[in-house]
Amino acid sequence: MPAADGSAEEFRRRGHAVVVGASLAGLRAAETLREEGFAGTLTMIGDEPHEPYDRPPLSKQVLLGRTGAGDTLLPRRRALEARWLLGTAATGLDLAGRRVRLAGGEEVRYDRLLIATGTRARPWIKETEATLDGVLTLRTAGEAARLARRLDARPRRVLVIGAGFTGSEIASACRERGIDVTVAERGPAPLVGALGGVVGAVAAELHRAHGVDLRCGITVTALEGDQAGRLRCAHLSDGTVLEADVAVVALGAVRNTEWLAGSGLAAGPRGIACDAGCRAFDVHGIVTDDVFVAGDVARSPHPLFGYQFLSLEHWGNAVAQAEVAAHNMVSPGPERRPHLWLPAFWSAQFGVNIKSVGVPPMGRELAVVQGSLTERRFAAVYGHQGRVIAAVTFDHGRWLPFYGRLIESAAPFPPDFAQVDRAPGGPRPIPAEFPDPALPTHGPTVTLSGYAPSERRVTFVPARV
Amino acid sequence: MDLNRCEAYAQCAFQAPDVFAMHGEEALMYEPCPGDERREQVMRAAASCPVQAILVEWPGGPAVPEEAGTGARG
Repeated sequence: MPAADGSAEEFRRRGHAVVVGASLAGLRAAETLREEGFAGTLTMIGDEPHEPYDRPPLSKQVLLGRTGAGDTLLPRRRALEARWLLGTAATGLDLAGRRVRLAGGEEVRYDRLLIATGTRARPWIKETEATLDGVLTLRTAGEAARLARRLDARPRRVLVIGAGFTGSEIASACRERGIDVTVAERGPAPLVGALGGVVGAVAAELHRAHGVDLRCGITVTALEGDQAGRLRCAHLSDGTVLEADVAVVALGAVRNTEWLAGSGLAAGPRGIACDAGCRAFDVHGIVTDDVFVAGDVARSPHPLFGYQFLSLEHWGNAVAQAEVAAHNMVSPGPERRPHLWLPAFWSAQFGVNIKSVGVPPMGRELAVVQGSLTERRFAAVYGHQGRVIAAVTFDHGRWLPFYGRLIESAAPFPPDFAQVDRAPGGPRPIPAEFPDPALPTHGPTVTLSGYAPSERRVTFVPARV
Repeated sequence: MDLNRCEAYAQCAFQAPDVFAMHGEEALMYEPCPGDERREQVMRAAASCPVQAILVEWPGGPAVPEEAGTGARG
């Protein structure tokens, strides 16, 4: 019985909420639903067989062998009283009939739906090479377990393809375990898509100081196996043949939206477009009122960044957006809240804590405001159209909330505050050196795309999946 | 662990050194599901965190579904 046509109160009392995606965003949304008094039926659908678990430790503690890949379950905030359909992928959506189709053919009716299907690791482009024994990706607990087992077996050399955050953390774990590692990065430096070339150069020094064989401006043209189908070597674009037992493909993520093809939702390789209240758009650009989106798979306009649609593959965004989406699912119109989270992320690699707030790739210029790049301990702010748009710190995280407030208050760039231990006149802005957004990369963690009222243009076209 | 919140005050590493450890100056490594024998340590660590970045769930505490494993998840 459809219990909640239109009325939030009816839905709250005896509606059926279905959450597709049983990871961080799905779990936190479900908890928020219950917290806000949702007393109806709750169904959680997840394609992985595991209860919701935390992914950040997978590329750190788990690869170091300190934590089992199955031991990163997320703590629960409260009881859920949900029906769990785990190991069950959603394969289709019938918007008019309000039904989610499952892999087994079963259909689940909903009154309100939350989509939090997230992303998966982008696979190696050549399918036959991707199936070689020793070619891996890292996103799920299962993938982490496989990679950790490989590292336990002391491979002679690991090749990491792509020096984004995940690739860099994998390389860091290898070095900490004394395993030889080569990193092949298409761009001029690690992290260049997320943080630009200036900060990327610091990351490159970090790699090399820890014994990583870092090769930038290089692509892997082929992976070659032996007769038994085991990875033997990689061919690089400069003609080099590199022997490696293990190759980890760390070329960013693919959004899990294929199951929505033909559903009528505005879903594609860039994610599912939704409004600031997390309500999904349909293909006509009309907002739905019973389908909500949260986490890595969502892309929503942010007022602080010119109303651009941002896709944020960030842990904190998954939590914050899930809370807003769930609140709005059970609230009548005037009580709904916008998702106004300030983007933030962290990464630990080579013993350095890298943190960021705001949207660095929007920044054309950068100014180092604390510490120094050569010491690899600093805080830097990014500027866009005369205001502070983002900040990054290397082992300077305690000051990040201050820079967050600068971003939220549209503080001027270059910053005009007095600085301790600095020459008068303020920091000198330098170009942040982001790569041409039209060039394919391993994928920045933030994708700027789509419609902005003041500047209507597309700046990045990802390869077709 | 909400490592966006964490500001590396390292109180947790003092209170529960078997579970939390600084990795370099500022990065934190932790055991996501420590055993029950660490329970008291972990509760002290969570309580002492100045920015409240540690979320703890113990069996018998909030919401432990059917076959959920033992230990804290923090």
